[in-house]
Amino acid sequence: MNSFFDIKKIRDDFPILSRKIYDKPLVYFDNGATTQKPKIVIDTINELYSEYNSNVHRGVHYLSDKMTEKYEIAREKIKNFLNAESNSEIIFTKGTTDSINAVAFSFGEKYIKEGDEIIISEMEHHSNIVPWQMLCQRKKSILKIIPFNDKGELELEEYKKLITPKTKIVSIVHTSNSLGTVNPVKEIIDIAHKNNIPVLIDGTQAIQHRKIDVKDLDCDFYCFSGHKIYGPNGIGILYGKEKWLQELPPYQGGGDMIDRVTFEKTIYAELPFKFEAGTPNYIGAIGLSIAIDYLNNIGMENIYNYEKQLLEYGLEKILKIDGLKLYGLAKDRACIFSFLLNNIPAYDTGMLLDKMGIAIRTGHHCTHPIWDHYKIEGSARASLSFYNTFEEIDYFCETLKQIKKMFE
Amino acid sequence: MTPEEIQNQIIQEFEKFNDDLEKYNYLIKLGKELKPIDQKYKTDDYLIRGCQVDTWYHSEYINEKMIFYIDSVSLITKGFISLLLRICQNQKPEDIKNTDFYFIDKIGLRGQFSPLKDNSLFKLVNKIKSDVNYYSENKK
Repeated sequence: MNSFFDIKKIRDDFPILSRKIYDKPLVYFDNGATTQKPKIVIDTINELYSEYNSNVHRGVHYLSDKMTEKYEIAREKIKNFLNAESNSEIIFTKGTTDSINAVAFSFGEKYIKEGDEIIISEMEHHSNIVPWQMLCQRKKSILKIIPFNDKGELELEEYKKLITPKTKIVSIVHTSNSLGTVNPVKEIIDIAHKNNIPVLIDGTQAIQHRKIDVKDLDCDFYCFSGHKIYGPNGIGILYGKEKWLQELPPYQGGGDMIDRVTFEKTIYAELPFKFEAGTPNYIGAIGLSIAIDYLNNIGMENIYNYEKQLLEYGLEKILKIDGLKLYGLAKDRACIFSFLLNNIPAYDTGMLLDKMGIAIRTGHHCTHPIWDHYKIEGSARASLSFYNTFEEIDYFCETLKQIKKMFE
Repeated sequence: MTPEEIQNQIIQEFEKFNDDLEKYNYLIKLGKELKPIDQKYKTDDYLIRGCQVDTWYHSEYINEKMIFYIDSVSLITKGFISLLLRICQNQKPEDIKNTDFYFIDKIGLRGQFSPLKDNSLFKLVNKIKSDVNYYSENKK
């Protein structure tokens, strides 16, 4: 590993990683659910509440000015991180779910009518299924699904066949939280754009693992959650191309999103505030921007390269465990291992790993259709991050072998 | 044996284990030994739906005694079921009505019965208690 990547120093930045669980060192392999926070993010949140707390926008006093400035700097940093065109394209939301719901509602209100079609895929998280289903119920429109093959790769030829003149939007997950598949979103976007169809990308499990450039992708919307990228909970991002955000109606009304209110009518505020009704989660937003500073200091490319090594090492080790079935063998994938061990219920595997200090997730991971595809109930999922180590993978694999023996 | 005597016996059995893993090993062994229930009870009508672990439950009141039919997809859960059945199976409802399942705390596995742990054990214990209450009140 190159000199920029000092794993010991990185681990020291995350206080929780030094704690013990049941007297054993914590091995945190549940990063797909949420990531741990570096000390700088924790300290910043503490400092903001201790020294600066005040509501943003239109305050006449010092603290409000300071907090507003920090909040808008946070927006600027996120714009730069995504390589967006302007700050107007960065909307602070509660998280990915909130972001997708916002687009499904606003886009749906403006552009979707009876018989129109929306394309998603078989590997979506429920948060990229249910909002569209709700829209389809409201508007009597049709949801169409791109299937995936048993390796966990989307069938792009099928996708092309699904597109018709009635297709109004495509909404696709960048990286599957259950299978680890990294979808060829650039190609997916390109195909849609050739048919004048906008594309939303759910980047929840991609943003923390590789450099995302929304201009290069040319996506129309990109969503992610702060807590999955080492930032605070309750904050998320909706990136939208300005032309779309200008056209779409807001999906929530309230304070902060208005220019002028009378009982006859309301004139909405300019972007991005039009989509930020109510007091925003300004501390969360600033915390997120500090997490992004932290990642920028390490370098997204360094993170990508290190995690790729973890993935390759992990795959080699885990596939050698007799009786382990891995779900998701796509060519391009993130460091996520979804598996069943010798048909032992995933819950039992997870519970015993927990007793050994290893935190993973078990169940359906909010992707029922994926498990319907494989005709199983769910899986055990280990999802790794750049603060995990090769030694942790060794310990994880040895523990799995031990668990397997317990059930024989 | 009374439910209390059986609970004390279970507590004694668990005292020999040095760590949680040994306890779970024992639960898995009990789970493997637990006789599966008749397939007719393994339907949605008898399902205690957990987010992760499906468990099937049915009870009957025969000859003044409680008969339980319980099964699960999880061997660890089945291990717990085996312990609960040792205490409750074939007992008079009035004998188990006021049983506080204190063995759960004493064997150090209370966490598995938490309502926050969606593995259906919490719901299972509540089901047993509610059926036992019903039969002790209504079938005398």
